[in-house]
Amino acid sequence: MFDLLFLVFLAPMIGFLLLSFGRDKWSENTAAVIGVGSVGISALVTALCVFQFMTNPPEGGVYTQHLWTWMTVGSFKPELQLRLDGLSLTMISVICGVGFLIHLFASWYMREDKGYGRFFSYMNLFVMSMVFLVLGDNLLFLYLGWEGVGLASYLLIGFWYTDPANGTAARKAFIVTRVGDTFMAIGLFMLFRDLGTLDIQQILAAAPAYYADKPDTITIIALLMLGGAVGKSAQLPLQTWLPDAMAGPTPVSALIHAATMVTAGVYLIARTHTLFELSPFALQMVGLTGAVTLLIAGFTAMVQTDIKRVLAYSTMSQIGYMFLALGAGAWSAAIFHLMTHAFFKALLFLASGAVILGCHHEQNIFHMGGLRKKLPLAFWSFVIGGSALAALPYVTAGFYSKDEILIGAWAGGHQGLFFAALFGAFLTSIYTSRLIFITFFGKYHGHAKVHAGHGLAYNIPLMVLILLSTAIGGFIHPPVEAVLPATHHAEHSVHNNIAMASGAVALLGVAIGYALFFGERRFVTRLGKNPTASLIARFWFSAFGFDWLYDQLFVKPFKFFVHITRNDIFDIAVMSVTIPLTALNGLFSRTQTGQIRWYAASMAGGAVLIIALVVLS
Amino acid sequence: MTTTEIATTAVATVPLEHALILSGILFSLGLLGILVRRNILFVLMSIEVMMNAAAVAFVASGSRWGQADGQVMFILILTLAAAEASVGLALVLQLYRRFQTLDTDAASEMKG
Repeated sequence: MFDLLFLVFLAPMIGFLLLSFGRDKWSENTAAVIGVGSVGISALVTALCVFQFMTNPPEGGVYTQHLWTWMTVGSFKPELQLRLDGLSLTMISVICGVGFLIHLFASWYMREDKGYGRFFSYMNLFVMSMVFLVLGDNLLFLYLGWEGVGLASYLLIGFWYTDPANGTAARKAFIVTRVGDTFMAIGLFMLFRDLGTLDIQQILAAAPAYYADKPDTITIIALLMLGGAVGKSAQLPLQTWLPDAMAGPTPVSALIHAATMVTAGVYLIARTHTLFELSPFALQMVGLTGAVTLLIAGFTAMVQTDIKRVLAYSTMSQIGYMFLALGAGAWSAAIFHLMTHAFFKALLFLASGAVILGCHHEQNIFHMGGLRKKLPLAFWSFVIGGSALAALPYVTAGFYSKDEILIGAWAGGHQGLFFAALFGAFLTSIYTSRLIFITFFGKYHGHAKVHAGHGLAYNIPLMVLILLSTAIGGFIHPPVEAVLPATHHAEHSVHNNIAMASGAVALLGVAIGYALFFGERRFVTRLGKNPTASLIARFWFSAFGFDWLYDQLFVKPFKFFVHITRNDIFDIAVMSVTIPLTALNGLFSRTQTGQIRWYAASMAGGAVLIIALVVLS
Repeated sequence: MTTTEIATTAVATVPLEHALILSGILFSLGLLGILVRRNILFVLMSIEVMMNAAAVAFVASGSRWGQADGQVMFILILTLAAAEASVGLALVLQLYRRFQTLDTDAASEMKG
């Protein structure tokens, strides 16, 4: 079965090529069959691989498939080699499994959109690049996939390109993540300079000996890698692009900006964990980044009015959890949370897509309300996905993964991180319950008639994801023990206490959410009239003013410099090259008279001249 | 006498220089015709003359060195001339149909 591994990226690649060359010549049904079917093949192959990995694991828990050598330049020989181990198996299961469900849902969601085929070609491009990113056994290939998913993200955020705001959001996402990518590229250069290879396993094997007496270098490299991860995963300080990325179609938000691409940073750090273990400071920074992002995004999500923005900030904060887990040394807990988060956040996004379409592209939750009866499946998706997000004890998938993170943080002696995570869990359950109470309970505030979705493509993905978001998903354990370092273990009593504490915090959050946001919301309305409280709410609403800050710090000075250097001496020097060229062009174009006799005469004259030169010289 | 010897005696009577001068004169006449005539029929005829001038040069030098290549080239040029004439006459027809004239300058629409 492992021999078929290359199909996991080949199928979406063929789908992408077919759809992008066929463009809009194919009917919606053909495009859907190609787009969804290609990812279906990937999911099938992945399922076969998982089955074999479980029943008949390869030697050492690792299977590598060598495809070809990309290039040979001296000693630099990057191999195109796929590596299947517990970590990449978990990742491709999430990418192809959840990805397939999202593609299926999208085939319903995007009906009657002009760019139906274009949409699926971009989606297939994304799946292909993402599979490349996680299966590549070489940092160069990881980087290729890394940029590929960035491109697909850009194309899909700006999918409805007729609205300039969407184009701006797409460019913002591309440029901000590019800042992180540049850090990462420099990190890769430094690794190559020091170790002479980009093969991940060779780097991980050679790094401890090489960097033993160079703690500063490895800290810089690890921080540069963290920079890349932070940009892709929308963590502080490069988090500003994610909320704007919600401009894309909702299945895109579910696939790229919740379930898979934004977790690439977590994957990168987990994959290169040795580098971070060599530098305690960088690892500490990973945890700190996660903790701060987790809290800031949690506060911001509490006051948002756009249903997708609430989910975007909650994604940011959940990825903050994963970073926190990585920083605390709870490696497998981070990957476990990555998986459960992919389940319930994809569910929430798809359900929000159902709500948005049901309410005729309305995204403001205060214009919804009372949708419980009108959109029953979306309602139950939100209840179960939201419970998993808030980590309600014992019945949801999110509880088990969040619990492992808390235990890992506590057992690793990171008490600051532990309390940040606990407080973050509290915020999470408040804003989740706020979202559900406002959207689905009370009176309907909209005007248009709500219509529910129907059909298999609508029902199946939501139902499967509902199942995976319950405790069933929590019992799937990613087989990463062989790949990642062991987590600190806590005593059984500590275990129970932490489970009790996190469960209590989640329930308390829901209770507070119920008190504040259910029904009339009198207390919140009264609070909104208080000037101090409304100031704080506005500050939270603007996501702690980071957009404004970056505008002042980077965008405005940059625009100013561009403005004053518009006509500088270098431009004049460069542009003056064109002057003689233009003159020559004018001269030669005058010889094109259209009269054959001039052409014949100049040919004859030229021939005479050349022969004369040859004969006389 | 063998055929080669006959050919050699024939060339001995007409020196190569004379043949080449004839070919040069014919070629220049043809070129001049192309440059000064405006009627497309005369232009085509001039091209024909130029090609035959080249053919004469080939034949003369072929027999000067006793090689068959010169005559091979002559047959090639004949074929070429036939093809050229068919394309050229088609062009004449089209030109006349479009512009009701045989003046080549009428079709000079391309300006640099």
